[in-house]
Amino acid sequence: MLYREAGQFKTSYAADQQLLPIRQDRIAFLALLAVAFVAFPLQLGDYWFTALLIPILVFSLAAIGLNILTGYAGQLSLGSAAFMAVGAFSAYNFVLRVPWLPQVVSFLLAGVCAALVGIAFGLPSVRIKGFYLAVATLAAQFFVVWALQKFPWFTNNSASGVISAQPVSFFGFAVNTPARNYLFVLSVVTVLALAAKNMARSNTGRSWMAVRDMDVAAEVIGIPLMRTKLMAFAISSFYCGVAGALYAFCYIGTVEPEAFSLDMSFRILFMIIVGGMGTIMGAFIGATFFTVMPILLSIVIPAIAGGLHLTFDKASLTYLEYMIFGALIIFFLIVEPHGLARLWQIAKEKLRIWPFPH
Amino acid sequence: MFDTRKLRTVRTALAGLIGLAAAAAAAPALAQANEQFISILSFRVGPYGPAGTGIFSGFIDYLTYVNQKEGGVGGVKLTWEECETEYQAARGVECYERLKTKSPTKGTMIHPVSTPITYALLDKTATDKVPLVQTGYGRTDTIDGRYFPWAFPLITTYPMQATAIVKYLAAKEKGNLRGKKIAFLYLDSAYGKEPIVYLQAEAKVNGFELTTIPITPPGTEQGAQWQQIRQNQADYVIFWGFGVMNSAAMKAAQKIGYPRDKIIGSWWAGSEEDTVPAGDAAKGYMSAAMNVSGKTPLIADMEKTLYGASPTGSLQDRGKIGGINYNRGVVIGLITVEALRVGQGKYGKKVLSGEEVRWALEHLDMSEARLKALNASGLMPAMKTSCLDHEGSGRIKIQQWDGSKWNLVSDWIDGNRALVRPLLEQSAIEYGKSKGITPRDCSKEQ
Amino acid sequence: MQFFLEVLIGGLLAGVMYSLVALGFVLIYKASGVFNFAQGAMVYFAALSFVGILAKGVPFGLALVLALAVMVLFGVVTERFVLRPLVNQPPISLFMATIGLAFFLEGLGPFLWGNESHEIRLGIPDEPLPFFLSRYNIAISSFDLAAAAIAGVLVASLAVFFQKTRVGRALRAVADDHQAALSIGIPLQVIWMIVWGVAGFVALVAGLLWGARNGVQLALVSVVLKALPVLILGGFTSVPGAIVGGLIVGSTEKLAEVYIGPSVGGGIESWFPYALALLFLLVRPEGLFGDKRIERV
Repeated sequence: MLYREAGQFKTSYAADQQLLPIRQDRIAFLALLAVAFVAFPLQLGDYWFTALLIPILVFSLAAIGLNILTGYAGQLSLGSAAFMAVGAFSAYNFVLRVPWLPQVVSFLLAGVCAALVGIAFGLPSVRIKGFYLAVATLAAQFFVVWALQKFPWFTNNSASGVISAQPVSFFGFAVNTPARNYLFVLSVVTVLALAAKNMARSNTGRSWMAVRDMDVAAEVIGIPLMRTKLMAFAISSFYCGVAGALYAFCYIGTVEPEAFSLDMSFRILFMIIVGGMGTIMGAFIGATFFTVMPILLSIVIPAIAGGLHLTFDKASLTYLEYMIFGALIIFFLIVEPHGLARLWQIAKEKLRIWPFPH
Repeated sequence: MFDTRKLRTVRTALAGLIGLAAAAAAAPALAQANEQFISILSFRVGPYGPAGTGIFSGFIDYLTYVNQKEGGVGGVKLTWEECETEYQAARGVECYERLKTKSPTKGTMIHPVSTPITYALLDKTATDKVPLVQTGYGRTDTIDGRYFPWAFPLITTYPMQATAIVKYLAAKEKGNLRGKKIAFLYLDSAYGKEPIVYLQAEAKVNGFELTTIPITPPGTEQGAQWQQIRQNQADYVIFWGFGVMNSAAMKAAQKIGYPRDKIIGSWWAGSEEDTVPAGDAAKGYMSAAMNVSGKTPLIADMEKTLYGASPTGSLQDRGKIGGINYNRGVVIGLITVEALRVGQGKYGKKVLSGEEVRWALEHLDMSEARLKALNASGLMPAMKTSCLDHEGSGRIKIQQWDGSKWNLVSDWIDGNRALVRPLLEQSAIEYGKSKGITPRDCSKEQ
Repeated sequence: MQFFLEVLIGGLLAGVMYSLVALGFVLIYKASGVFNFAQGAMVYFAALSFVGILAKGVPFGLALVLALAVMVLFGVVTERFVLRPLVNQPPISLFMATIGLAFFLEGLGPFLWGNESHEIRLGIPDEPLPFFLSRYNIAISSFDLAAAAIAGVLVASLAVFFQKTRVGRALRAVADDHQAALSIGIPLQVIWMIVWGVAGFVALVAGLLWGARNGVQLALVSVVLKALPVLILGGFTSVPGAIVGGLIVGSTEKLAEVYIGPSVGGGIESWFPYALALLFLLVRPEGLFGDKRIERV
């Protein structure tokens, strides 16, 4: 009743092909942007920005990157954290050595560096598929982290190998409070997410999906396999690289290769599994889920334990968290392999015919 | 067509979870007016969990002990809350921000006991005006209080430790290390790489040959590295490990027949959690220690008070009492409480703010006499901080594992201050330049 | 020359330890086509359960049996609650389910048995054999040789199991074609339970040996990262392949670390086996002994 598109006629091809063809969707999206850009910075405290919103946004960007590679193009990758590391270190070095470049440009160039590394490590995908490719991306993960630690040029010859990221400035406007950091990250993520959504709808996206579904058939109908796969690696690594730069500059404040470990690659993979592979929305949902869930569990479980008068020591809490995470992943794979994004889609489809059941 | 059953189950599950969360979050515990709230960023989980359990239990036990025996500090009760960081920077930042909101003192004093979390919090704590204390770890150039007013690498730092170990080895070799071969086996991380520059300088001065051999984390496989050491015929091995690689090193050394009494580890490679899993392989292994182990009078009294008839202690496994990590936690507690006492001495018996605690940390004087009054003689080295010197001591002892406990084989050894200080000051100046910080003038402050 | 031999032999013996973990992978992949990422977590969980049961005062032999029972129970539960609901899903989903399983085990183990590092005493001294040390100045540990012998026995018995017993034949049939096996009456679910049980047993043996070598700690889970290049080199479906792959990975990794490592600053052990596996994949994607994949449109 509320969500029907009856009465909305398109009179041009452009209108027909727009990203959000239903007016209610457009209104909802603009409202969301208004809340995110205007309401949140005015209302929320530092904790919300530093501990929740910024990590959600940063990991959403990385998850979009991995989604492009694994969800849309079907190339399983376990090396996303390595590309984030490349992005973070490249950004640090660009800001350090080419200080006259605006920092935003440095971040984008860092993404390009990550893309180049992504292409290099994506070359095996031309011959290898499936789990074997996953193992090849593990090679990227370990090699990149090793190389960044080993060659002092990357860390500007610092004795400890941990470097503090430079203060961020947006064309002279200092980004030094949590609220400003949040707005900066939000802007970058919004622009890049829209770009990704459009890419997914375009010819590139369709050729990725063709390669994912059956690459032999895709090759038969004329899709250039190598170019498509390498393009997927490049763009995915670009996104992961920018996410890594944002992670180092706007979230943690230090650039350290160990932070970009295999654990982080797995986390991003979990985010897209739970959120929904092959959707942009899924990246956001998954990132939110995995950032909020540990905090939620650390509040809820002691409360339940207190309510049932059970004593819990802190370590057991974290182990329970791990167990619940693992169980949730399996649960989602069984119940809804297409992730929470699919549930959202189902909800929207039901809304369209509400209050009728079918 | 649509799987409404699926949708319904997941919807109810999510709704239930959100409801629970809302109910739980609706009643946050805020610190009361006359309580000194301390944020505790702990790690009891993960590869370094065993060490963390010992340290944080020791810390919390000491705070409980002070509350029970003296009713707090100057009548102000101590309260705290733990938050699990899993030794990761991201979780550390989240814990810090969350606990910051729980009291007006923003956590009073932060002890991350983790170098990556320390680096992540360095700028944040300076902006929030909360002191960051790094007892024997963290960012070493913070000893220069002119550039780092809010960071305190108390007791001692890695370069001081490394140079002190070299002093001990020199003493063992009757003062002459010329022509000897020392291998530096280290974890390939910030922590492991830090002493290299200083050891290389010491090698030049003392005339010994230094070989550096890295181990990739987590370091379970060290066969190749120890074979290199055997090939090299190193006279001594200085071992800078952390976590599982510690016991793996002792076992690997045994495997190729390298005598363990020629290996000296850092204090993060010298606790019961490292030697016990290695079993017989650990006999004779030595390590540096910034606090001693064993049930010294203070620890014994704590055990009696907290683990007696109605236990209020935080340890599940009482075997850890008196271990190196437990005692380290107690030392951290000692420093925390002493800082509060010194601060109250100047600002009055009330809940202290971050600024006031910072002043106190810069004016600590835990001399031997003071330690005796605290019943902690010999537990930690005497320590005196100042604006220029945020370290306060720089001394370590060497201990040796005999198969069941640690025995001290030296007295407090000072590091090579003359070598270490100028290099650290240089690094601090560069940090100041890159961040645009004007150094404080220590002579102007009192 | 003597040093080279020492590093080589040390590497070969380390490689045998990697193959022990890879064996579990191969078993499960052979029978159910599932790439079980949780094998490392299973090794850790098995070792931890054994040590936990031992710490309660149970004698060694009984603790071994109980730990085996725990692993078999785990296999049964996994088959029932994880594999059966995911029966016709693409292999990627199954792989990701095993990653979730690994997470679950990494929480369950310490939750039940605590986080402390434990020692396992198997009674085998871990010291260089005096024979080799005095004659040729080569340090070969008696423990490593014993572990290699145990691994050899395990592989031999598994080979006999697969070739000569009815269950083994049924397992091979299931590995070949699920539907065909079903159609001739082989109970798929029972076979999978058996496979996971056997994999659990292999995990227990690997856990005991690794635990005796390095102590039972959380880092044991990361042995799985060493087993993956072994699998690629040897082929996912071959038991002798796991051994050969392990030998190759172990020896080349140590030799590279000692001879090439110092010139690039050392620490190349982490990625060298993967680089090697990658090169291998480009030339022979199914590994030395693996089955060739035929794709049809």
